[in-house]
Amino acid sequence: MFLAILAGFLLAFAAPLLYRWLGKWVYVPMALLPFSIFIYLLTLAPAVLAGNNLGELHAWAPSLNINLHFFLDGLSLLFALLITGFGTLIMLYAGGYLKGHPLLGRFYLYLALFMTAMLGLVLAGNIISIFIFWELTSISSYLLIGFGHDKESSRNSALQALLVTGLGGLALMGGLILVGMAGETYTLSELLDRGDMVTNHALYLPALVLVLLGAFTKSAQFPFHFWLPNAMAAPTPVSAYLHSATMVKAGVYLLARLTPVMGGTNEWQYTLMVVGGITTVLGALLATQHTDLKAILAYTTISALGLLVTMTGIGTAPALEAMVVFLLAHALYKGTLFLVAGNVDHATGTRELTQLEGLSGSMRYTAIAALLAGMSMAGLLPFFGFIGKELLYEATLQESPFRWMLFAVSFFSGMVFVAVAIALGYGIFWRRSASPTPLQHADKALLYLPPVLLACTGLVFGLLPGFFVTPLLQRAAEGMLGVEQVFELALWHGFNLVLGLSLLTVLLGYVVYHFSNRLLSYANRFNRLYLFGPANLYQMGLKGFLKGATKITAFIQNGYLRSYIAAIITAHIALVVLSLWRNGPRLELVNRLPELGQLRMYEVVLLLMIVPALIFLFKSRSRLTSIAIMGIIGYSVALFYILFGAPDVAATQLLIETLTVVIFVLILHKLPAFTYLSHASERYKYVLLSLAFGAMMTYVILIVKQYPLDSQLKAYYGESSYLLGQGRNIVNVILVDFRALDTLGEIVVLAVAAIGILAMLKLRMQKGDKS
Amino acid sequence: MELILPFLIGILFSASLYLILHRHFFKLILGLILFGLATNLFLFVIGRLTRGGSAIIGQGENVATEPFADPVPQALLLTAIVIGFGIQAFAIVLIKRVYQSFGTTDLDDMSTTDQIEENH
Repeated sequence: MFLAILAGFLLAFAAPLLYRWLGKWVYVPMALLPFSIFIYLLTLAPAVLAGNNLGELHAWAPSLNINLHFFLDGLSLLFALLITGFGTLIMLYAGGYLKGHPLLGRFYLYLALFMTAMLGLVLAGNIISIFIFWELTSISSYLLIGFGHDKESSRNSALQALLVTGLGGLALMGGLILVGMAGETYTLSELLDRGDMVTNHALYLPALVLVLLGAFTKSAQFPFHFWLPNAMAAPTPVSAYLHSATMVKAGVYLLARLTPVMGGTNEWQYTLMVVGGITTVLGALLATQHTDLKAILAYTTISALGLLVTMTGIGTAPALEAMVVFLLAHALYKGTLFLVAGNVDHATGTRELTQLEGLSGSMRYTAIAALLAGMSMAGLLPFFGFIGKELLYEATLQESPFRWMLFAVSFFSGMVFVAVAIALGYGIFWRRSASPTPLQHADKALLYLPPVLLACTGLVFGLLPGFFVTPLLQRAAEGMLGVEQVFELALWHGFNLVLGLSLLTVLLGYVVYHFSNRLLSYANRFNRLYLFGPANLYQMGLKGFLKGATKITAFIQNGYLRSYIAAIITAHIALVVLSLWRNGPRLELVNRLPELGQLRMYEVVLLLMIVPALIFLFKSRSRLTSIAIMGIIGYSVALFYILFGAPDVAATQLLIETLTVVIFVLILHKLPAFTYLSHASERYKYVLLSLAFGAMMTYVILIVKQYPLDSQLKAYYGESSYLLGQGRNIVNVILVDFRALDTLGEIVVLAVAAIGILAMLKLRMQKGDKS
Repeated sequence: MELILPFLIGILFSASLYLILHRHFFKLILGLILFGLATNLFLFVIGRLTRGGSAIIGQGENVATEPFADPVPQALLLTAIVIGFGIQAFAIVLIKRVYQSFGTTDLDDMSTTDQIEENH
């Protein structure tokens, strides 16, 4: 399994190269990889179907209990087969759909990256690696939606999808870590047995909220559903693959995966049922309000995802059984219909339902695929979709206080599904038309084969549900329920209530289809409601966020050096005062006053030189005077060094002071007259800040000096500087011997400064500058 | 002296910070130099003062005898002073260059490179 993932990533990044070598044949290796993984998974299937869970462990960060752990049970096998099987067809289809596109190589890179990430997500056996693959799918989805990056709408849609799912991903990370804390492990197979431990833990509720946030954003549940229709800006193969069959089902997968860990509580059930129910109805309702083929499909997908979430929420054995069956059925027919929509778009240049008619003559095979998929979507005999619909109805009609509500929800969406299925599978293709929509490009085998294949799979599964499908779905449901499931999938259950309801759905669906034009005319009335919709809230939030960020940046980074320095100093003072105030020692100044008596005459003289010099410095308006005063202060400080046993420091200080004055005088005579640029209003503020800073530094020194210094260094250097370093001036020995490398660094700094100065002096200004 | 010097250092810090907060580039440099001085003195005083005895081993002796000044802050200071000089020299040349190129020594006239536009 590890090799499969690795191969996927390698092939993804090789795709642009392959495109350069193979040209339009690049789809052959790209399709071969998912196909071979598909076959490989099939070889593992017998073991899984026999009830064994396969695992594979590679240590990643074992100390953190994060491992590259792969885990294959019925549920992951179902998803993995979907991803790779579908992936094979999509890779082929994309080769035809984007034939001749200059960026086809890049497209395959993104697509293969996504496929591998998705595969990793469903195979991951460690919840942290689940999260990592989860984020990878978000990122690759962003790249795919924004594939047409020269269009602004497509860039915006991509960003929206990334922000919404990224937000969910962040929440998910928090949630998964909390789950890991509650279950005391990140390993999935161990967590699956610790459901009670997690649900009874104090962290259960926050973990649940965060995990659900992640799952709902990914699976486009209300109120995060708005990104999915916008994501249809992506090329059709992407919509079919990511936004109907795989990525949006990642949220459903996560919920299913965590059902044994977090499920079964009231919070879990009610949240999923309510959110899923609202999403189901809303998606179905919005689907009737659009005429763009892909938009209609997107909204019905949202509705279907809502149904899946609702079923997971109900959580009984029949509901979960219905969920896995419907999931497979939906993937098969919705994927087909997306590909059909892509074919229609490719051939006629439009996706508007109202402009398309009579296409069955010119696009024979696509039309057949559409018809088959439409019948499956409508839930007609003998298609797999029929079984799915029957089970859905059965599951909702189980004894429960909300049975009629749940049934109404699924019935409503079923009705709309029928209407959409008729419009897509029959309306644009087979309805008799005097003037069929003309084709711009002929239908190609690479384009119609994948949908036909998918649609036929739906038919075959419907006719032969017992073969392979039933055992796989049983194991998948077992993965959620934790106990072995035995159920029979059959087309014919005899004449019973559910069959009658199915018939009723189809009839009413036809009525909806018949009046669809009138329904569309109501679309305008909803416009006012959209103002308060989440899509609009998202826009407002995004705008406000950007505006706020700009404001804050403009405030903090205002370009004035002094406000930066003032901020730094203020923060510094605040931190020191805070720590001194909380547990700092008290200053005892009074009993040290007698020390003042030890003052010597020449020390006082130096003081008397520095303080008046400072006063003159502030009063002076001449540059030369200021420089001279700086010299006085510097020399006085040097004398202090001499008085307290630091002749070397004093010598250096004297030299440097002299040099500085010389440089100043050399350079500054070229400067303009010394103007006094005052900032009267701010001056008092700065005076206060400066005084506070000075006072703080004084206080710090006094506090520090209250305690004896315990330095081993002084004794060490005093003893060994002659014996080890052969020098009598300890300071010198330290500089050139003990800490010679530091001195080398100092020399380098000086050299860099010198180079900088030289560069500045030699720098030739561009034209227009006076230099 | 142990009591007076901390106050002197505080005064130096105050004065230098006030100069740094000026709009004028020249005052900024003066402030930087003073700030360097104050910091050096701060280090020196924190390392304790020793009257008289310098950090030199007398002729004919193998080890230094108390009282002798702590050599560690002195070594630090020497490095700090020299590097401070590098910065000062660089700043002084910079101010000249800035004046030649932009015709101003007012820091507020040089704030645009760091500002973002608010209306996009």
